[in-house]
Amino acid sequence: MTDATDPLSAELQGPSPRQMLKSRAFSHKGLMFGVIVVGLLVLVALLAPLLAPHDPYAQSLMKRMVPPVFMGGTWEHPLGTDHLGRDYLSRLLYGARVSLLIGTVAALISGVIGTAMGVAAGYFGGKVDAVVTFLINVRLAMPVVLVALAVVAILGGSLTVVICVLGLLLWDRFAVVMRASTLQISRRDYVAAAQVIGASTPRILLTEIMPNVFNNLIVIVTLEMAHAILLEAALSFLGLGVQPPTPSWGLMVSEGKNMMLFEPWLVLIPGAVLFVLVLAINLMGDGLRDVTAPEGRS
Amino acid sequence: MLAFILKRLGLALLVAFTVSFISFSLLFLSGDPAAALAGETASGEDVEALRRLYGFDRPMLVQYGEWLFAALRGDFGESYYFKLPVASLIAERLQVTMTLGVCGILFALVTAVPLGVAAAIRPNSLIDRLALFLSVAGQAMPSFWFGLILIVVFAIQLGWLPPSGAESWRHFIMPTIVLGYYAMPAIMRLTRAGMLDVLNSDYIRTARAKGAGETRVLFKHGLRNAIIPVVSLAAVQMGFMLGGSIVVESVFALHGAGYLAWESIARNDLPTVQALILVFSMFYIVFTFLADVMNAWLDPRMRSA
Repeated sequence: MTDATDPLSAELQGPSPRQMLKSRAFSHKGLMFGVIVVGLLVLVALLAPLLAPHDPYAQSLMKRMVPPVFMGGTWEHPLGTDHLGRDYLSRLLYGARVSLLIGTVAALISGVIGTAMGVAAGYFGGKVDAVVTFLINVRLAMPVVLVALAVVAILGGSLTVVICVLGLLLWDRFAVVMRASTLQISRRDYVAAAQVIGASTPRILLTEIMPNVFNNLIVIVTLEMAHAILLEAALSFLGLGVQPPTPSWGLMVSEGKNMMLFEPWLVLIPGAVLFVLVLAINLMGDGLRDVTAPEGRS
Repeated sequence: MLAFILKRLGLALLVAFTVSFISFSLLFLSGDPAAALAGETASGEDVEALRRLYGFDRPMLVQYGEWLFAALRGDFGESYYFKLPVASLIAERLQVTMTLGVCGILFALVTAVPLGVAAAIRPNSLIDRLALFLSVAGQAMPSFWFGLILIVVFAIQLGWLPPSGAESWRHFIMPTIVLGYYAMPAIMRLTRAGMLDVLNSDYIRTARAKGAGETRVLFKHGLRNAIIPVVSLAAVQMGFMLGGSIVVESVFALHGAGYLAWESIARNDLPTVQALILVFSMFYIVFTFLADVMNAWLDPRMRSA
């Protein structure tokens, strides 16, 4: 009779690992801040059409560079308008979609590539490992921004091209981390046991290895998502990422740059939002690492 | 040690060779470089003339072989836009980028190492929290935005520093801070972690038990060992920074190699772009090779790797 409500047995059992994980997560300030801010921004991105006061593409030559409400503007345009008279708040809200979409999809693409390479290298070792390690070295030697800019320039800047280029470039950290974690896991007795009872290799990889490297994988997905969002913004800022009139935060900073002298908020607002999003995602990733691997904390 | 160096050297050469092939073939992604070069308005005859002029009509591998052998002799062809030899163009612009890279890494080390050491000596103190805050903020800061803010504050509002250009050392202050801040978080975290590790080790306890002074324990016994991985990380970061200087150089209109890369990409100047990708990769490969050798020299346990 082990009833959870029985005080004696509850005391004997103590909190389950799952409960301990939960309480660690809720008491981790950085993780909570990250989750709340990212959650809010995801909500904003999803609900952009409902929340935006204006059409983000509608131009108005009569209302160019209206200042935000805290700088003497009106509530008609809470964050003012840009050099083409487009509502800044609406563009900011739709910009969240671009950043989050690019971050998520690019991290997923590079995650699939990097995980496949890393797990294969860690599990099979030998020649497979040598080839993967060599490929990681080659990839690290290529200057990411330069290669991404050149490829986007050749193929033309569209959302799809930017996502694919970033996805194909950012797999290195996945491969490095997944290789190391797989190497560690595949030496465990339960993997040997699975091999002895004759489980097939795909089965071992999927049911023994993957669940045990999953925590590390989630952490890298988050951190690489932040990396991809920053890179997209940098590419768009340099004019070789997402093309106008798409509202991308990096592009908005670049468009506001020429008016920076008189209207610094045109640059400050989109950059600040970008900073907060990347900060929140990073804090979420760092927090997840602390919570799922408490023994590794310094 | 010699065997280790030779093995690493061989690997570095193989990586360099692969990178050269990738950077050459990347620019064939468009399918027809001649059409891309001629622009959308060019007639079929113009495109054909360009194709023959630059030899795009030959098999790609033949073109690659020729390019590689010329590159090994330091000849990267002629820039389509500047009509100058690419090699001398890059050599001239590299001075600015190298200056910026060296200043940037020095700035990062000078700020990150003391902060990391101070944070490790007193974990959870105010200075530890400040260090953590600076590193978390640094990792999330879009460098182009940080640069623009510095320009608004220090060049426009206060008028202390010139907003752009590379004429004097004062022009390099803001770019150095932006580029250095990019490398700082990783160096600081590693210094802190290494120092914490070392301070908890047996030989530090022994040194304290012998009655060595606290300064001596921290710097002679502690930092000396904790700094080894930091030195190699700094070398790797330096390689990354040269590649990353493209954003900083374009914000501050510093006419270095990064700025040249951006201009050449925008102008479809293929030979310059190919050469720059290769040059930046070579810097990374050389720096990581030096870091590996330095590590093995300082720590014999690494030689077996």
